[in-house]
Amino acid sequence: MTHFIDRRLNPKGKSLGNRQRFLRRARTQIREAVQKSLKDSSVADLEKDRKVRISTKGTREPRFRLDPKAGGEHDFVLPGNKEFTPGDEIKKPPSGDGGGAGKQASDFAEGEDDFEFTMTQDEVLDIFFEDLELPNLVRTTLKETPNKTWKRAGITTSGSPTQINLIRTMRNAQGRRLALHRPKLKDIASLEAELHALENAPEVDRERVVALKEEIARLHAKRKWVGFIDPVDVRFNAFAEHPVPTSQAVMFCLMDVSGSMGEREKDLAKRFYMLLHLFLKRRYERVDIVFIRHTHDAQEVDEQEFFYSRQSGGTIVSTALDKMLEIQKARYATADWNIYAAQASDGYTQSGDARRCVEMLNDDIMPLCQYYAYIEILDEREMEVFASDESGAELWRAYRTVAETWPNFATKRISKPADIFPVFRELFRKAEAA
Amino acid sequence: MSDLLFAESEWSFACLDRTYKAIEEIALGDLKLEVYPNQIEVISSEQMLDAYSSMAMPLMYNHWSFGKMFAREETMYRAGYSALAYEVVINSSPCISYLLEENTMTMQALVMAHAAFGHNHFFRNNYLFRQWTNAEGILDYLAFAKKYVAACEEKYGRDEVEAVLDSAHALMDQGVFRYRRPPRPSKERVIEKMRARAQYEEESYNELWRTLPAGIEPPHAAPIVDAEDDFSGDMKLPEENLLYFLEKHSPSLKAWQRETLRIVRNLAQYFYPQKQTKVMNEGCASFVHHAIMNILYDRGWISEGSLLEFLHSHTSVVFQPEFDDRRYYGINPYALGFGMMSDIKRICEDPTAEDRDWFPQFAGNGDWVGTLKDAWANYRDESFIEQFLSPKLMRDFRLFSLFDKADDSAYRVSAIHNELGYRKVRQLLARQYDVSLNEPNIQVKSADLKGNRRLILEHKMHRGVPLNGKTKEQVLAHVEHLWGHDVGLSETEAD
Repeated sequence: MTHFIDRRLNPKGKSLGNRQRFLRRARTQIREAVQKSLKDSSVADLEKDRKVRISTKGTREPRFRLDPKAGGEHDFVLPGNKEFTPGDEIKKPPSGDGGGAGKQASDFAEGEDDFEFTMTQDEVLDIFFEDLELPNLVRTTLKETPNKTWKRAGITTSGSPTQINLIRTMRNAQGRRLALHRPKLKDIASLEAELHALENAPEVDRERVVALKEEIARLHAKRKWVGFIDPVDVRFNAFAEHPVPTSQAVMFCLMDVSGSMGEREKDLAKRFYMLLHLFLKRRYERVDIVFIRHTHDAQEVDEQEFFYSRQSGGTIVSTALDKMLEIQKARYATADWNIYAAQASDGYTQSGDARRCVEMLNDDIMPLCQYYAYIEILDEREMEVFASDESGAELWRAYRTVAETWPNFATKRISKPADIFPVFRELFRKAEAA
Repeated sequence: MSDLLFAESEWSFACLDRTYKAIEEIALGDLKLEVYPNQIEVISSEQMLDAYSSMAMPLMYNHWSFGKMFAREETMYRAGYSALAYEVVINSSPCISYLLEENTMTMQALVMAHAAFGHNHFFRNNYLFRQWTNAEGILDYLAFAKKYVAACEEKYGRDEVEAVLDSAHALMDQGVFRYRRPPRPSKERVIEKMRARAQYEEESYNELWRTLPAGIEPPHAAPIVDAEDDFSGDMKLPEENLLYFLEKHSPSLKAWQRETLRIVRNLAQYFYPQKQTKVMNEGCASFVHHAIMNILYDRGWISEGSLLEFLHSHTSVVFQPEFDDRRYYGINPYALGFGMMSDIKRICEDPTAEDRDWFPQFAGNGDWVGTLKDAWANYRDESFIEQFLSPKLMRDFRLFSLFDKADDSAYRVSAIHNELGYRKVRQLLARQYDVSLNEPNIQVKSADLKGNRRLILEHKMHRGVPLNGKTKEQVLAHVEHLWGHDVGLSETEAD
C-alpha cells in the first residue's frame, strides 16, 4: 500500500530556526552590509525586502581539499573531444578556474567569497534598530508580549461543556423534534388511558387493544431515537483571541512652513519624521501621528498638506507648541499614550518668542513627553559656521538651555540626507548607563 | 474510451494513485525491481528548498549552515537562476520521495518512476547501501539526533554546540570508515561494563530507600560514565576516521561533545555510499524512469503529449555539455549513468562484434534486466565504469584524458577514444570516481598523550597533490578545537 501524504499544509517556516542561527552567525557581516545598503537608498525603501551581499567570512565551512594547481600531477577525463590526438598539448588558462578544463578538482566551495541573499524587511529593520532604544521607556511594558483577550466569535459545533450556548442548543433541539415529529408524552398518555379503558371495558375489543399496544410501543421507540436533545443540536459559544494594544504612542510632528523653509528643508524633515515613525511603529502596536504646521499661527493638517502646501507669514514657534498642548489635552491622555514630539525648523523665529517656547517646554510640555527631538535644518554653508553647538540662532541657543534640564530633550542639526541616519542613531542611542 | 491515466496536466490525488499503480505494475512486473515500501509526499517549493538545504533529510538538527544554504538557494530560485530539483528521495524504509506541487501530472509520473522505483531499487539492492546504511533506522536516528542537539543547546548554550558542530562538519569527509567497520565492544567488555554498573548501584545503595512507602521509586542511580566514551589510552594508529578518533581519544571533550561528534560521524557514514555511487544511482533512476515512461506510452496509458513533455525534460536532464561549452560543469552523472545503462541494454540485445569482444560475459545474452540488476547490486561508480564502459559509449561521449602536472604550462592529451586509448581512458575515468583517491587521505599518525599531547596528522599525498593551503589552516583550527591541544599536519608522498 502506498501512502500519499499531503505535506503542503504543514506549518511553514520549518527552516526558521536555521535561518535565525545563520543570521546570528553572520551578524557582523550582515550588519555592515545592511548599513551600507541603507545608506545608499532612500528612506522610503526601508519598508521593503532587500538583497544584501555579505562576505563569507565568519560563515566559512572549510573542508580539506586537494589542490592540484599547487603541486603534483593528476589525470582527468573530459567529454567532447574534437581535434585532439594523443600527445597534443593544451595551454592552461592563465589562472583562476576560467575555461572548462581543469576545474574538476576545485569546483566546490572555494572562491565563494561573496554571498548574496534576501532579507525581509523585518530582519533588516531589526538589524538597523538593534542597538537603538527609545529613552525613558518603561522597559517592562514594552517587553511584554502583547496582551490577548478573548472575544466572542460566533457559534461553533464543538467546544467545552462550559461554553454550551443553551438558547441555540434548545432551539435546534426543538426544531429537530418538530421536524421529526417526536411523540409527545401527552399523546402517549391519552393512548394509554384509552387502552386502560378498553381493557377494563366489559367487552374487550381485541384488535383495538393490539393496535393500541403496538402504537404505544412504536411511540416509545420513536421517542428514544428522536431524543429530546441530540448531539447535533449542541452549539457552543466560540471565542477568538484578540490582541489588546498594550502600548500606544502619539507622535507630534511640528514644522515651520514659513517661506524660509524650502523644498530641501521640508524633504529633510520628512525623512526624519518617517524614520521616527517607523521606529515608533516597531515599538508600539499603535502609533498616531499628528501633523502641526505653523507660520505665525499653527494648524493641525493632514500629511499631504503638511509637506506640500505652501503658506506665507511670519514665524512664531510657540503657536505650534500651544496647538500641540491643546490637541494632547483633548485626545491623548498621558495615562494611555506615550507622547513623542519631533520639531523641525530652520531656526528662525520672531525675537522674544524663543523665551516663551522655553517656558512652555519647561513647564507644560516636557513633563508630558517621553521624548522631544528638535532638529534644525541648515544648509551646508551654515553647518560649517555653526560647527560648534554653542553658536547658533536664537531658537537653537534657547533650546540648548532646555536640553540641559531635560535629558529626554534632544537638539540636532542636519544639513543633508546623509546626516539623517547618524543623527537618528545618536538621538535614540541605547542609554548606555541605564 | 481511451486507457489514458490522465489527460490533463493538472494532477490530483486520485490520478496520482492510479498512475502510481500503473507504474508499480511495470516496475515490479516488467523490470522486476525490488523496492522498499513507498511513501510519497506532496510538498511546496518552500518545503523543497528546506529539504535540500538540510542534507535532503526530512528532519535534521538545527545548524546555521543549513540556514545559509537555504538563503542562498532561495535567492537563486527566486531570481530564476536555478530551477528546483524535481524530486528528493530518502534512503529509508519506507522510502520517502517528495513530489513538488507545481509539477505537471507528467512530471509527477516521471518523478514517481525515477525516485520511488529507480532510486528506491538502488538503495535497497546496492551492496554499499546494504552494508553501510540502515534504512529502517535512519529516521529514528535523525529524530534522536535532532532532539539530542536541541537538548544540548538548551543545556550548554547555542554557541557551545555550534562550535562543536562547526568543527565536526569540517571533518565530515574524514569522518568515515572506508575499509573497516567501527570496532564493536567485545563480549568481555560488555560484561565488564554490566558488572561495573551493578557494583556502582550496590555502592550507591542507601538503606533509607527501604523505608520509602510502596509505590515510590528510589532515585535512579546516576548514569555510570560509559567506559567507551571515556578518554582511554589504547589507540590503534594510524586511524583514518578523524571524527572517530577524536570522539574516542580527545583529552578535552565532554561526553555530550563526543556524542555530537558521533552523530555527525554517523551521518557522514550514512551518506558515504551515495558519494561513491552518484553515477550509478542517478543512472539507475534515469534508466528506470525512461523505461517505465516508454512502456506507459506503448500501452496507451499516457498520451503523445505527455510523452513529448517527458522526453523534453529527460533529454535536458541527461544532457552532457562538451568540455569547452560554457555550461560544462564536470561530467553529468545522469548522462554517464543513463548512457552506460542504455548501452548495456543494447549490448545484451543487439551486440556488435566489438561488444562481443569486450563483454563476452553478457553480450547478446538477451537478459538486460538481469544484467542491469546485477550491476546495480554489486558495483560502485569506480568498478562499474571499469567493467561496463564500452568503446561505443566512449566514442559517443568523445572522451579523452589529459595529464596535468602542476608546474607545466600545458595539459597533455594522454589518450583519446580510439583503439589505443579505450582502456586507458576507461581506467582513468574509473579512477576519477574513486572517492578514496579524490579525497585527501588523512590519518592520525600519533598522539603524544603522556607528554605535550601534540596530535600529528599525516596527509599521504597521491601523486604529489598537496592540500589547499587556505582551507588546510582553517580545518586544522577546527581539529585543534576538538583535540584541545596542539595539532600538526605533515604531508608526505605515499609510497
